[in-house]
Amino acid sequence: MSASATALAEAPATEGSLKVIQDATCTFCGCVCDDIDLTVKDNHIIEAKRACVLGKAWFLNHKTEDRPSCLIDGQPASLEAGYDRAARILVEGKYPIIYGLSDSPCEAQRVAVSIADWINGTIDTTTSVCHGPSGMAFQGVGEVTCSLGEVINRGDMIMFWGSNPAESHPRHFTKYSLMPKGMFLPNGRKDRTCVIVDVRKTKSAKAADIFVQIKPRADFEGLWALRALSKGIDLDPVQVKRDTGVELAVWQDLMHRMKACKFGVIFFGMGLTMTRGKHANSEALLALTRDMNAYTRFVAKPNRGHGNVTGADNVVAWRTGYPFGVNHSRGYPRFNPGEYTTSDTLANGEADSGMTIACDPMANFSEPARRHLASIPYIALDTKETPTTRAAAVAFTVATYGIHTGGTVYRMDDVPIPLRPSCESPNPSDLEVLTQIERRVKALIGITG
Amino acid sequence: MPETFILIPGRTSDQGCGISEGKFLEKYQREINSLQVAPGDMTRLGIVAGDRVRLTSEDGQVEVCVVPAKADELPVGMLFIAYGDISSKLMGGDTHGSGMPTSKGIDVQMELIRPAAV
Repeated sequence: MSASATALAEAPATEGSLKVIQDATCTFCGCVCDDIDLTVKDNHIIEAKRACVLGKAWFLNHKTEDRPSCLIDGQPASLEAGYDRAARILVEGKYPIIYGLSDSPCEAQRVAVSIADWINGTIDTTTSVCHGPSGMAFQGVGEVTCSLGEVINRGDMIMFWGSNPAESHPRHFTKYSLMPKGMFLPNGRKDRTCVIVDVRKTKSAKAADIFVQIKPRADFEGLWALRALSKGIDLDPVQVKRDTGVELAVWQDLMHRMKACKFGVIFFGMGLTMTRGKHANSEALLALTRDMNAYTRFVAKPNRGHGNVTGADNVVAWRTGYPFGVNHSRGYPRFNPGEYTTSDTLANGEADSGMTIACDPMANFSEPARRHLASIPYIALDTKETPTTRAAAVAFTVATYGIHTGGTVYRMDDVPIPLRPSCESPNPSDLEVLTQIERRVKALIGITG
Repeated sequence: MPETFILIPGRTSDQGCGISEGKFLEKYQREINSLQVAPGDMTRLGIVAGDRVRLTSEDGQVEVCVVPAKADELPVGMLFIAYGDISSKLMGGDTHGSGMPTSKGIDVQMELIRPAAV
């Protein structure tokens, strides 16, 4: 029996030939909902109670891939041969990179960081093309924050800026931010004001009491207009309208409401971090949040995408001191977004070998980055076939975390949550593959123990 | 005659579900190859649902199928596409020292390349 099978959730309830796993954890998005009841028949999930549309797709499509656990240069190979080749690729590179990790449990992330350290390599996570700019802003401004439990119990003004949870985090409204009845909000939605700021009138906008349609690429200007208003500074209505696409009176009304609330929350998304301005946009939002605490309680939370991208930030930070984009070439960790981040090491043609884990840069990166990745030897770990696994020198088909394997993930509010696997897989876990590669890397470079 | 628009790539429910079902399957491929255009822009440019258009940015070029944006989801002058392989081909490699390529708010030229069959 594989290690993943032994990690199946303890004492599952059974109904005839069906197995019911209660309170399973969905790892599709950063909400990490841990109240899903899975019904399993013949090692296949047939129902995922309480899961959203994304969660159902995640659980119900987990079927074992009709693909070997290991491919070398596109040909089936033994796992042992794959581990050997993978270790050689990483050790022989002069600028090896390790990238991805946002859909792996923390235990596997930890081993990936160790490998990067052994090979004097660069480790980066999908955070760098997600909320990496917010990570930079946290270092510059700080983060006034809270758990999602506090949002449930206290948040009477809920703002979303550049984020569309109705499509990206479908249970966000109902489980955490808008609908729940909380300790100090006994009437749930009726006790909360919802504001959405976006360039599009998204599906989420339908849930808003106030929708502010900002001009594209004007988030920085809008946030600084609010910062000025929070300090009582007079603004020119013509310039504000021209710069933000929104009337000054709308910003004034919004600021009045923000000051009047008891516990304000700004959830922000990649509308800020992927748009011109990037970390400057996130800095402006975090600074506004800080400013608001002169009047009332206000916090900010990035809406995180992948199931354990928050765990990746945490694990890389407590192993190296930095959250992503970390280079070990001098024997100690150095952090420099724009230099050690994977979009850059690939697009600039610097990396000469690599390993991708639970990510798909061959589909999501710029053309120069993809071209370079295709030109170097790399290892890819994924549960499914992707453009990245197709072009890999060594491709491992791995078990799915949270379905086949256990471990720990971090919810978007940095709360660690255990996984409750429900099915068995013939494929190894990320953790098993990375542990085997690390063992061989250490042997190749002469480390014992 | 090509016209300049601002392209917003982003997440959609179908794109998210398609990732779990398989990136080479029809649902995901259809979603990431569909460009949402504001009804006002479609009328003005004589574009109908199903037409194919060419998008050209400073860094790349793709061809996609037009679907009308729902209700008033998009203002005129703005386009939306589900984030993925196609949208990423329009991004540049430069991250401006941030690690993040500019992936939203991309200036693109849109050009009709094949009217739908009548």
